[in-house]
Amino acid sequence: MIIKILGLGCPNCQKLEANAKKAVLDLGLAAKVEKVTDFAKIAQYGAMAMPALVIDEQLKIAGRIPDVEEIKKLLKND
Amino acid sequence: MIKALSDYLVFTVFGQSQNSALGKSVEFFIDDSIKILLLLLIITHLMSLVRYYLPIEKIRDFLTSKKFYGLDYFLASLFGALTPFCSCSSIPLFIGFLEAKIPLGVTFAFLITSPLINEVALALFVGLFGWKVTIVYAVSGIAIGMIGGYILGKLNLDKYVEEFIWQIKANNNSLQTKKLPPKQVLAIVSKEALNITKQIIPYLLAGIALGALIHGYVPQGFFEKYITKENLFAVPLAVIIGIPLYSNASGVIPIIQALVAKGIPLGTALAFMMATVGLSLPEALILKKVMKWPLLAAFFGVVGLGIIILGYLFNIILS
Repeated sequence: MIIKILGLGCPNCQKLEANAKKAVLDLGLAAKVEKVTDFAKIAQYGAMAMPALVIDEQLKIAGRIPDVEEIKKLLKND
Repeated sequence: MIKALSDYLVFTVFGQSQNSALGKSVEFFIDDSIKILLLLLIITHLMSLVRYYLPIEKIRDFLTSKKFYGLDYFLASLFGALTPFCSCSSIPLFIGFLEAKIPLGVTFAFLITSPLINEVALALFVGLFGWKVTIVYAVSGIAIGMIGGYILGKLNLDKYVEEFIWQIKANNNSLQTKKLPPKQVLAIVSKEALNITKQIIPYLLAGIALGALIHGYVPQGFFEKYITKENLFAVPLAVIIGIPLYSNASGVIPIIQALVAKGIPLGTALAFMMATVGLSLPEALILKKVMKWPLLAAFFGVVGLGIIILGYLFNIILS
């Protein structure tokens, strides 16, 4: 499983990254959390509001910071 | 009620005199802070709810779904007002709209209105200026996005968008959202609203504090000597000074309100505020990555001119 955090490095993106890492850790998943900061690549996911969360190349959340619980739910459903 | 509470706190509990500059400043600070925080909580909840059901990705899909014959400028501008503005989102927004084949002018309509009108600005306007000014401001903000976008669209500036933007292809265009029970939606929306409020509190309080100091210490009618409505250069000058300055709405509106109370014409002050939040150097530097100079200059020129015209109009209407 690959989790991508899309954002241009603003504080909100860092918060989302921290939440995603915590969710992965809590669930004990073997998932990679990657940051995507190149806006040409960000656009390819169709995300238009930052920060955005992509799980296995699928855009899940854009424009807000989900908390750890919400990310866990998204991860479990996949 | 809030006024009574802050009066009680300042004049009875802290024992300040009603007429001292400090007493007046502290009273303004407490009164405005409570009032604006309450309004902010209500408005951010409402707007977060709208956004949950109408995220920007859906707005983009809607704008590409049919032919609007010009109505799309109005819609894009209106949607721009609904979305909160974060300069870190302006590039993904710009690319996302163009990639979806939305015309450049319509994209600008959105981009112009987004920083000018948002929930924070609205809460502050209602709290500090009242409903009448808020409505006039919101309507003119949407108008400036609509007309500015239309003009920029007519100027045929597509060639001044960085070429690589046109090559970008989104591979999966839709945001996958699951249906959640209303209770969970409400929890997400509430959290989001509290987050927005929390983030701007420092700027907000700093702005209100500065405004309160002006209220308490600057004599009544102080600015009338220097800036009058009859002075035709005041509005353009306010806009030119406002552009390089950068502030978000939460910091600058309380200061503007205090300045108006001390005699600066409302139109001149609003023009300054719009230039500060709507156009800024940091924003220009970010947008330079996707726009060439002529396009960037046209964008700032058209919006700047629009704000100047609005400034004059406000001075005529709102006096």
